[in-house]
Amino acid sequence: MKQVTFTLSAALLGCAAIWQATDGGRAVTAEGARRVQIAENPVHVPPVSLETMDGSLQMWPAQGQPILLEFIYTTCPTICQTSGGDFAELRDHLTDKGLDVPMYSVSFDPVTDALPELQSYGEAHGASGQPWTIARPETDAVAGLLDLFRVTVIPDRWGGYQHNIAVLVINPNGEFAGAYDTRAFADIRSAVEAML
Amino acid sequence: MIRIVMAGTAFSVACSLQPLVGQDPVIHVLAQFPALILAGSLLGGRFRLPQHLTGPTLVLALVSLAIWMLPRSLDAALLDPVWMVAKFVTLPLCVGLPLAAAWSHVGSVLRGFLKAQAISMLLFLGFLYTHAPMRLCNSYLVDDQQRLGLGFVYLACALILWWIIPVFFGQISSNKKDDDNDVSRHRIELR
Repeated sequence: MKQVTFTLSAALLGCAAIWQATDGGRAVTAEGARRVQIAENPVHVPPVSLETMDGSLQMWPAQGQPILLEFIYTTCPTICQTSGGDFAELRDHLTDKGLDVPMYSVSFDPVTDALPELQSYGEAHGASGQPWTIARPETDAVAGLLDLFRVTVIPDRWGGYQHNIAVLVINPNGEFAGAYDTRAFADIRSAVEAML
Repeated sequence: MIRIVMAGTAFSVACSLQPLVGQDPVIHVLAQFPALILAGSLLGGRFRLPQHLTGPTLVLALVSLAIWMLPRSLDAALLDPVWMVAKFVTLPLCVGLPLAAAWSHVGSVLRGFLKAQAISMLLFLGFLYTHAPMRLCNSYLVDDQQRLGLGFVYLACALILWWIIPVFFGQISSNKKDDDNDVSRHRIELR
């Protein structure tokens, strides 16, 4: 009897530990954890200077409206190109519903991605600058941005990178408040609508 | 004494692999993790565990192992120093040691179940890591994730050869120790 009680108590504690370690059974991967945790605890985004593809400098994020962004690098042969296409589809999805939300593809490789690279990436994916533009931060701001948005960038073996790509949402208070799958158009739309 | 030296050696091997684990999940999960668990189990083999603590001890080992099977724990162990230290503490002391300490009290049916469960879990992980449409760990490349998946499958095959095949050829692995345990269990039930 004693043994059964001990074992059952241990099993209950064990379930609690696993519940805790998976954010209540919602996240078994680090990317899942990021999405769950950010939605619950938005993080303030300090002002950053971004150079957009028309060559202008913007202090960012602008307050008072939601902003969508994703991190990219323009020399990426695979997933960024797909996600560039996804971002274009997202733009069309939102403008069709009458939502005019600023969208940024932000390069985390500003050394390689100078103005011409940003422009040709924008051209290739049909980003006209309004509402979607391609931008780069200053080189020494990259590490802080990746850390803040919990983006892990690792070099692949062909001179490029792999990273956890997602559509990131900044709320009107200037807080990083959501991370979504690049094709979760409906979820992103309802998140944006809830912020307007 | 010799067990302590062997445990120390296994732990040192695990420590020496640390600079490599950021690059290669196969070394991380299929070399460093087993070395740490082995280090703990070498210490736990001689542990005299009271019978009534067998269940909780086994649960501790299985829960700790389950948490370390989550892909996010691998990422955390690479990105967060607290998790990195936790890995070196919990894999030996919360998985290896309790598993070895409880094992001599575990009956043959439960042993068989745990072995079968380990094999099926490895095959499941192998399938997951080779077929997942996205990256499971932010810190590892897709190719490496798939190599790890294959590694799980190879390990499962090795365990099948070691644990399952002999079952079909009679009780090769049955030894005196198992019989002793059966006898002691009967005594406890009789009391």
